[in-house]
Amino acid sequence: MRVNWKTYNSGKFYDEIISSPGYARKPARGLASYLRSLTHEELLQKKTAAELAIKTMGISFTVYSDGENIDREWPFDIIPRVIAEKEWNHTSLGLKQRLRALNCFIHDVYNDQKIFKDKLIPKELILNSGNFRKECVGIKPRFDTWAHICGTDLIRDHTGEFFVLEDNLRVPSGVSYMLENRRVTKRVFPELFENYNIQPVTEYPDQLFDMLSAISPEPKEFPEIVVLTPGVYNSAYFEHSYLAQRMGAELVEGGDLVVEKDRVFMKTVDGLSQVDVIYRRIDDLFLDPSVFNKESVLGVSGLFKAWVKGNVALANAPGAGVADDKIIYTYVPQFIKYYLGEEPILPNVPSYLCIDKVQRQHVLENLDKLVVKPANESGGYGMLIGPQASKKELEEFARRIKADPRNYMAQPLISLSTVPILGDRIVEPRHVDLRPFVLQADKSYVTAGGLTRVAMVKGSYIVNSSQGGGSKDTWIVGDS
Amino acid sequence: MLSRVAERVYWQARYLERAENTARLLNVFSTLLLDLPTGTKLGWRSLVEITGGEEAFDARYKQAVERSVVKFLLAENNGSSILDMLAHTRENARTTREIMPSEAFEKINELYYFAKENASSGISRGPRHELLEAIISSCQQISGLMAGTMSRGAAYSFVRLGRSLERADMTTRIVDVGSFNLLSSISKSKDQAAADEPYDNILWMNVLRSQSAYQMYRQHVKHRVNGEDVVTFLLRDEEFPRSVTHNLITITKVLHKLPNQEKVSKQVEKTLRIVGRGKLGKLMDEGLLEYIDDLQLEIASVHKKVADTWFLPNK
Repeated sequence: MRVNWKTYNSGKFYDEIISSPGYARKPARGLASYLRSLTHEELLQKKTAAELAIKTMGISFTVYSDGENIDREWPFDIIPRVIAEKEWNHTSLGLKQRLRALNCFIHDVYNDQKIFKDKLIPKELILNSGNFRKECVGIKPRFDTWAHICGTDLIRDHTGEFFVLEDNLRVPSGVSYMLENRRVTKRVFPELFENYNIQPVTEYPDQLFDMLSAISPEPKEFPEIVVLTPGVYNSAYFEHSYLAQRMGAELVEGGDLVVEKDRVFMKTVDGLSQVDVIYRRIDDLFLDPSVFNKESVLGVSGLFKAWVKGNVALANAPGAGVADDKIIYTYVPQFIKYYLGEEPILPNVPSYLCIDKVQRQHVLENLDKLVVKPANESGGYGMLIGPQASKKELEEFARRIKADPRNYMAQPLISLSTVPILGDRIVEPRHVDLRPFVLQADKSYVTAGGLTRVAMVKGSYIVNSSQGGGSKDTWIVGDS
Repeated sequence: MLSRVAERVYWQARYLERAENTARLLNVFSTLLLDLPTGTKLGWRSLVEITGGEEAFDARYKQAVERSVVKFLLAENNGSSILDMLAHTRENARTTREIMPSEAFEKINELYYFAKENASSGISRGPRHELLEAIISSCQQISGLMAGTMSRGAAYSFVRLGRSLERADMTTRIVDVGSFNLLSSISKSKDQAAADEPYDNILWMNVLRSQSAYQMYRQHVKHRVNGEDVVTFLLRDEEFPRSVTHNLITITKVLHKLPNQEKVSKQVEKTLRIVGRGKLGKLMDEGLLEYIDDLQLEIASVHKKVADTWFLPNK
């Protein structure tokens, strides 16, 4: 049996491969006809080969379940997702623009606070945010850049247009899986690469290294760069280790570091050795027990002061998370106009702020049609998907919104686009999102594509790997 | 190089070497069985003793027979089995992926899964040989891969340090057990001992084989296989890569590349002096046990100095 694109049906959703029964979109034509040239059994064999490769390559993520940490193989669907280069170039300009504006905003919040004086956003909204760090006021990191690494979640609606769903500015993860997905696809479908003009993704670790070198406090030919991980039990440990390996950087835990005279050192077999740049994968509050969470054993005492004194660079800077907040998100299009004097290239998903009386009323009246999100959760937790919620859940959320309106915003349920996945018996459409990674220091960079996450369950919108989501290789293809 | 990472790399190498050595021992013992007259009892328990797992073993089994010992050393989660050694190897490799060649991790990972899926098949005699051979050759492939791809910097020095110390340690254990338990557990009485004499050679040959030393011994020692020469070869030969002396010399060479190694070097030199002390022929009649005990303590002391110098500082 072979794939039948005539019976493949994504219903009212925008499918990225098939435009109408039997017809593939232009950039996906080669892929669609290649998939048709294989029997379903052959495709399943390729799937098995991919799973084996993932297992032996040790591409894993850690989940906490039944009181223990389990290292799980990375969930991957072998059919790649195809995006036209022209469309991507436009999108990537929008992503760079967005991060520039976000950095202007963060810098402004911690320095001049012009935006409050100009009454574009209420001051209280920021100062009461759980991600605002008063300790960071008055600090000027190099290039005025706070968020050096951003994972921006994009979705397409029923027309196929890209919207920004959220900006992850704290410790966004997933880039290593983007890189490994490509490596696996090359093993599984080497034939496909012959006729396609696919943008490579492999340069990311070099770009990351260059960006981190650029923010080194003292310009050096070989600054000492380390990746700071919470340790082997963290769900993204694989990625921490992977990026350290690809950059030739040391992977350190808090216990490997020590601060002396406001300088950061790591404990090596040669004794103490000074560190210039820390790519930290630990949340702000755990970075330094002498300033933030006193209980933290993940960080290192004195680190914050060393950063304030300019003796070590931190990426992302502490406090950068102030812009990683579902409420602040709604203001980003205005930030772009205000700080850059430009029109936003990428639209936001329309949003309602519960702190605003009129908008809150609308949300409460339409809860069963909306998606409600708390300001500060990530990983898809604490969300309400109105159309799929029970009456009890709707009531519960109405209560929560009234109790703490600052903490909630709502959006219409976007009809996420679909792409085909390989099921056990047939190829079927499933919903996807896309997380490109954006870097900024002396210059900006966007990955070619990003990490595509796919909801493996029919009809589901939940793409998070911690909740049963899968992933796909993402191809940015030029005209061949 | 980070102290914590150095420690993990060192243990990864030790566990990998220990897994390989345990597989060799099991393999040789299983073959040795076939050479002995029916009715002779083979001292399976000595295998447990070599690996230092007596306590865990006694907690699980009443009798040290082929099945229980093989199961214990191959496929159980008890801290002494090949499966556990490989799990430790993998965990140490997984947590040092940033500095090890990625192919090395992939091979270690593959080997671990292979062992996990197949280890229990080796409890029965039939498939055992093939299984153990596969494990041994994978271990060697991994060592070869590291030798062929890693720069001779600190990381590789810790790999060699771990591997050499583990080999030296394991060889003393094998000699220890080979010269006492193995023989005494087979001979039941004095009369029996005389009758068993032809099998002494077979035993010593297998002691050599467990270290892949038989051919090299034949080429370098002109005498026929006998206890004294075998023990001398395994302890004191400078050229044979599994002998205690050779491994201690290797460690001396590796140490030159590492910082602050003075205390470790002194301890290794002391250990080398102890290996070379006394005539083995005489020792075999009396005092070999004490001699080996001393040696093992000194080797343990080398490990302690290594840990004090590079793993624990700044803690």
